[in-house]
Amino acid sequence: AESKQPWRKPCTELSVLVSTPGCDGFPSLNSNESYKLHISRDSLLLYADAVWGALRGLETFSQLVGRDEDGTYYVNETEIVDSPRFPHRGLLLDTSRHYLPLKAILQTLDVMAYNKLNVFHWHIVDDPSFPYESFTFPELSKQGAFNAMTHVYTASDVQAVIEYARLRGIRVIAEFDTPGHTQSWGPGAPDLLTPCYLGKDPSGTYGPINPILKSTYQFVTSLFQEVGAVFPDYFLHLGGDEVDFTCWKSNPQIRAFMEEMGFGDDYTKLESFYIQRLLDIVSSLGKGYMVWQEVFDNRVKVRPDTIIHVWKNSPPYKEEMANVTKAGYRALLSAPWYLNRISYGQDWMAAYQVEPLDFTGAPEQKALVIGGEACMWGEYVDVTNLAPRLW
Amino acid sequence: PRSAMGRAMGLAGLLLGLLLVPAVLLSTSLGRGDPPPEPELGLGLGLGEGPLAAAAAEDSLWPLPQSLRTSRRQLQLAPDRFQLVHGAGSSAGPGCGILQDAFRRYYEYIFGQSRWRSPGRRWPSLRRELSQLQVVIAAPEPGCDSYPRLASSEAYYLTIAEPVAVLKADEVWGALRGLETFSQLVHEDDYGSFLVNESVIYDFPRFAHRGILLDTSRHYLPLKSILTNLDAMAFNKFNVLHWHIVDDQSFPYQSMYFPELSNKGAYSYNHIYTPTDVRLVIEYARLRGIRVIPEFDTPGHTQSWGKGQKDLLTPCYNGEQPSGSFGPINPIWNSTYDFMTKFFKEISSVFPDAYIHLGGDEVSFDCWKSNPDVKDFMKEQGFGIDYAKLESYYIQKILDIVSSYNKGYMVWQEVFDNKAQLKPDTVVEVWMANNYAHELSSVTQAGFTAILAAPWYLDYISYGQDWKKYYSVEPCNFPGSEKQKKLLIGGEACLWGEFVDATNLTPRLWPRASAVGERLWSSSNVTDLQDAYKRLSNHRCRML
Repeated sequence: AESKQPWRKPCTELSVLVSTPGCDGFPSLNSNESYKLHISRDSLLLYADAVWGALRGLETFSQLVGRDEDGTYYVNETEIVDSPRFPHRGLLLDTSRHYLPLKAILQTLDVMAYNKLNVFHWHIVDDPSFPYESFTFPELSKQGAFNAMTHVYTASDVQAVIEYARLRGIRVIAEFDTPGHTQSWGPGAPDLLTPCYLGKDPSGTYGPINPILKSTYQFVTSLFQEVGAVFPDYFLHLGGDEVDFTCWKSNPQIRAFMEEMGFGDDYTKLESFYIQRLLDIVSSLGKGYMVWQEVFDNRVKVRPDTIIHVWKNSPPYKEEMANVTKAGYRALLSAPWYLNRISYGQDWMAAYQVEPLDFTGAPEQKALVIGGEACMWGEYVDVTNLAPRLW
Repeated sequence: PRSAMGRAMGLAGLLLGLLLVPAVLLSTSLGRGDPPPEPELGLGLGLGEGPLAAAAAEDSLWPLPQSLRTSRRQLQLAPDRFQLVHGAGSSAGPGCGILQDAFRRYYEYIFGQSRWRSPGRRWPSLRRELSQLQVVIAAPEPGCDSYPRLASSEAYYLTIAEPVAVLKADEVWGALRGLETFSQLVHEDDYGSFLVNESVIYDFPRFAHRGILLDTSRHYLPLKSILTNLDAMAFNKFNVLHWHIVDDQSFPYQSMYFPELSNKGAYSYNHIYTPTDVRLVIEYARLRGIRVIPEFDTPGHTQSWGKGQKDLLTPCYNGEQPSGSFGPINPIWNSTYDFMTKFFKEISSVFPDAYIHLGGDEVSFDCWKSNPDVKDFMKEQGFGIDYAKLESYYIQKILDIVSSYNKGYMVWQEVFDNKAQLKPDTVVEVWMANNYAHELSSVTQAGFTAILAAPWYLDYISYGQDWKKYYSVEPCNFPGSEKQKKLLIGGEACLWGEFVDATNLTPRLWPRASAVGERLWSSSNVTDLQDAYKRLSNHRCRML
């Protein structure tokens, strides 16, 4: 059929104008993702301050192009001015509960780009497995991965993820969660985890990282030196959640240490003791850090630029958001967005209706909310069901 | 050389050790095969060879066979020499398409798609070798060219001993089940050798109707995903595909007599099942011993029918005027029954199974109540204001039409609840979750056969290991006599399509449906969740 609309004009190019150079850098929390899209019969223009905005604008442009019944591609005259409400828009993948092949991670990064998500929170190791191949401590993955040959992320895998993400304006924030959630670290790092006791004798099982040994802090320093160098983002996620005190309580050396330090019976103080030193180590490496909310709840002394990650639903997360921001820390919201918790029907609506700033607080507090993250914990997720469960 | 073995049955003599997988004994209830003859003791098999099979293989059997005895003695299989063959005395031979196809399929499942070449160099074997699995069908009519039926025998007797294993079954259907089990027993050691433990298995399903419902109306499912699903069903010994093919949302079934139904009622021309597609599904299923029971659900759930068939649905009224919308099928017009007569003539010939599912669920009466002609009809018939009577009037006529084509029918429970006159061999499907045990009692007490779907709506997803909940259902837990319980012929796991399409069908349905598969096949005392977890996780990895 002939064109029935004489005013249609073929468009030949979309011009992209970026004012600030930065093609070779990495995106950061402060990156400018704003853009303007001007589509008219004379010109198609995409303006952005930084390349990151250009990426966002290209995605939008691609969503505007339609195809009519004849198969012709068209786009309507449009003016768009766009920028993100929150600078940290993240997705958490858990590659410890189930290994995710590289391809699945890269595919996820593609879909994140379609949705303008800009942080990949890589919960890379945990209790069940340690797939991260460390060059400083190769035994960690040799002994801790589900299969040291096949279920590991080599250095080049990690670089591939970081670069693939960068090209899509996505930051990669690695999480090496300690002192809990570290069972898989034990086999490759003897004497790292606390030996639990049954009465006077070791029971044979292990608990969280042992906070009283010098060797622990030497190990942690070396590991985070490596991790800090491998992952270019300014932030590292240090975990700090769900530390079970039972094993510490059972260990006589630890009990002795508690007495020495005057901590009494309050093991949160021991936890804080560890976390403090960990945070100091990481800062001295020139990195910032994100931690799960327990670190804040247990009153650990953290740097002012720490980001507190709110994930629990009890106490109600709105209260936590208020408390965290009242104390002057930046907050990241995940509690209502645990997408691994599936249920029947259109549950996307519940996630959509969350208003992150709906908590009691002054405007200055609300300004401390930098965004949120959707979490896809891996207990029941692997490559066979990741994509349809997440998107 | 192979046939020199003589009667295949005589070989099996390998009760060396007894490892009874926990709680597995010969079941006496609802058995579908003959009890096994006493195994004869063979030569040189070293009696007293000690119990306790250490083999990992039983750790992955799913569903658990009725009777399983294994020993520690392992046999090796050489991929380039091992063969699945017809045994001497079998009523089936190389002309038996179903078995020929199955032999190739199971060879591939066992050894992988192969680089294995035909016999060349022979390395001396360090272990005893199993060179063949011989399949012997006992019934004079093996069933090679027929379709599986409700009454088909799926029992099999599998003896694995050096040098050949023997799989004996009444009909080909049992052989298919036995091949699946055999493939689950072959495992690889740390060096990549294919091993199987000497064993004797006697197996048959507890329930004869073990189905999966797929809904291709709420979302179209491409042929490929239906076929993949049939494969998965075969891995789990499911034997009925309940194809809920059309419904309100879309009509993808391309009818020969009424092409406008799909022309106007399908989501798009790309979203239809042509006669060839349908034949392919039926044949693919047949080769796996799976019946295909189509469901053309009426008089409700028929919005999409109205697009291509004018004057089929009831026009709803707003006061004196038609509102523009339509309700269930119009039960008062002769044209409705003319249409149905012709339509079900086609369906009866396209789908070879003896049963057609006629639906009959969730009929909303609002539209009928609003229509003045319907109201008049109600008066004429003396139905008063009891629209269930009108519904039954309609259903009755459909049931009669379908019977005239010599088909049996399955209906959802409402048809029974609303007291339509059903033929004695009607199968009533109980789906309403509320107090389904009570419904099973009522249905069976009235003398009808029943199948259970209510606790197995797998589209209702939730967080965590919900397979346990499906596994823990005991279908016969309803008040009733032994005679009544025998009328419960099985069940179905349903995956309604409101939130399901080809992008998520497989991970949503499996392995959760496997839990239902074992519940319907295995003995009622196979209930241990820990043992099930172990076997199911291995089975799941194998299915992948």
